[in-house]
Amino acid sequence: MVHDVLALGVPFSVALLLAALGENFNQRAGVFNLGCEGIMSVGAFLAFLPPHLLARSPLAPWANVLGFILAPVAGALLGLLFALVTVTFRAPQGIAGIGLQMLGWGAAGTIFRHFIGGVTGIPGVAAWPIPGLSRLPWMGDILFHHDPVVYLALLSVPASAFLLNRTHWGLRVRAVGTHPRAADTMGVSVSRVRYQALALGGAMGGLGGAYLSLCQAHMFADDLVAGRGFIAVALVYFGRFTPLGIAGGALLFSLAQAFQNEIQVSGIKFPYEFAVMLPYVLVIVVLALARRSHDLGPAALGKPYDREVRV
Amino acid sequence: MTPRLRLAFAAAVGAAAGLSALAIASLVLVTIGASPWTTLVTIFTGPFASVFNAGEIGVRAVPLVLVALGVAVSFRSGILNIGAEGQMLLGILATTAVALHLPGLPGPLLLALALLAGAAAGAAWAGIAGWLRARLEVNEILSTVMLNYIAAQLYTFLLRGPMIDPDELMTGSGTPQSVRLPRAAWLERLIPGTRLHTGLLLALSLAGLVWVLLWRTTLGYRLRAAGAGARAARYAGIGVERSLLVAMLVAGAFAGLAGGVEVVGVHHRAIEAISAGYGFAGIVVALFGGLHPVGIVPAAGFFGLMLVGADMTQRSAGVPANMVLVLEGVIILAIVSAQVIIHNPYAQERAARFLRRVAGRKAEGEHPGAARSPTGEAGP
Repeated sequence: MVHDVLALGVPFSVALLLAALGENFNQRAGVFNLGCEGIMSVGAFLAFLPPHLLARSPLAPWANVLGFILAPVAGALLGLLFALVTVTFRAPQGIAGIGLQMLGWGAAGTIFRHFIGGVTGIPGVAAWPIPGLSRLPWMGDILFHHDPVVYLALLSVPASAFLLNRTHWGLRVRAVGTHPRAADTMGVSVSRVRYQALALGGAMGGLGGAYLSLCQAHMFADDLVAGRGFIAVALVYFGRFTPLGIAGGALLFSLAQAFQNEIQVSGIKFPYEFAVMLPYVLVIVVLALARRSHDLGPAALGKPYDREVRV
Repeated sequence: MTPRLRLAFAAAVGAAAGLSALAIASLVLVTIGASPWTTLVTIFTGPFASVFNAGEIGVRAVPLVLVALGVAVSFRSGILNIGAEGQMLLGILATTAVALHLPGLPGPLLLALALLAGAAAGAAWAGIAGWLRARLEVNEILSTVMLNYIAAQLYTFLLRGPMIDPDELMTGSGTPQSVRLPRAAWLERLIPGTRLHTGLLLALSLAGLVWVLLWRTTLGYRLRAAGAGARAARYAGIGVERSLLVAMLVAGAFAGLAGGVEVVGVHHRAIEAISAGYGFAGIVVALFGGLHPVGIVPAAGFFGLMLVGADMTQRSAGVPANMVLVLEGVIILAIVSAQVIIHNPYAQERAARFLRRVAGRKAEGEHPGAARSPTGEAGP
């Protein structure tokens, strides 16, 4: 049971992990992007589209790759739209995020219902067991018997920590999120860095959505994302704004989800609806427990920067 | 900047925002091969074609007004209630349960109790998020969104299990819906031939009540002060945490009442998909109405029209009703952007300077031209 839950939990965590790592770039740059949910919906839909449309064409083998390109591009574009609204126009980020969420969710649903409508399966991405390592007893199935995106997502944890803490760009991101005026004084363009961070965050959110439709569900539905974008935002708090903490949080949530799946499969009598509630209840509990992490967050989080205003 | 110039500036920014919103929405419409113009014309004129559909505008506007009033109270108090959808569901459950379990009571009393129960359930559900924010600093946007998902599951569970109509189980169709409410618990119809019900009058009078609450009572002053500047309010001795909780309870009560009114006024039983996006649309209505009851009532009419029209385009033009979400989303983005720009003194100043430069150049350009006019040369 423990082994099965872990083997299921690791791939379940990927969509959350990618979106939350992206959201972390946004928040470290000082922008709170609640539109992540909408970006993931669009990503999931656009990634589903090529394999669905090209199923019988000679391009079919490349359809998944095309999906994995389309989704982050669209995600980055939506991130830039959010940057226009919150960085250039300086609109309040919370409500604007809800607007972006509705836009993304609605657009994906509208286009999906018009052209496809019902549940349609796609072949999805097959597992690429790593030779040798996947034969390891117990560990092999848990860590090394997945589709390639899982490995990429696991690698993106140290990669984003490196990008954030060990590069010039990461330093600028943290600077504009902590003290934009100081960064501005030192010649860092606050707007440009925030635009870049939002584009990167959007692209990662789109990729997270793509993982859901291409690798996890092998189909698309209006409510496929089901709040994972919001959970990703919560994970950033829970992970105390560090990639490693976020990875831990994503794993915790996906284990809860895998556990719920196992309960369903094993036939234990437990109302289905309450099992589905579990992750959402967990988010609220986790947010209540992680209350101290607000103090660890970027000081300028949620505050639009206006260089013309005297302080 | 003169007041007239400021008004013109606000109008120009508003128009630009509206056009950008339309452009993004059109992009989605063009993608699905629909003509943006025809779709918009159908959405905004279609509902007036029949008395029944015109009545539907009012039917949709009632829950929108109620939800938006609650949202306005919460936004003005500095706590963003995104959870109206879930609070409505709880309101529906409580109203239905009370109306079904106290059938012996006289009509008006039963109705009043049922609606109060709906409001109380919505308030309690919102109160969870309010308490978490006030006591534990839990971000209310995230907690209310999560409570929406939880409420949706709870609702399906109760309608499929404990609250299901026994007839559905007997006939085996198993549609998740409750028993039909006793006639005593129904709201009267206002106009024959439509579904418009007396809930409209309730919503309008509550709009007046919210105005009184926010601008004519001490409590309302405290709420608005806490929203305008928490630190300043705290220095003035206002319990900001308490205000947040109160605002959330009020917002939840309105959303729960919206759910209850939907049951006793329109459907007469709890069914699935009753809340149908009213929770999110209510946020847009509140923002569109300037978070003020006087603006919210017409805004609810406008969005009621849009919801009915979107249903009609689904049937006539094949545009899925999800399109409403796209419109609502871009409208939110446009409103919040336009508001900030309109109220930004630097942007105002820049616009004024630009206008002066344009006006100045025109005056200079016209002057020599006027001097060299044929009539001038033909002078004595």
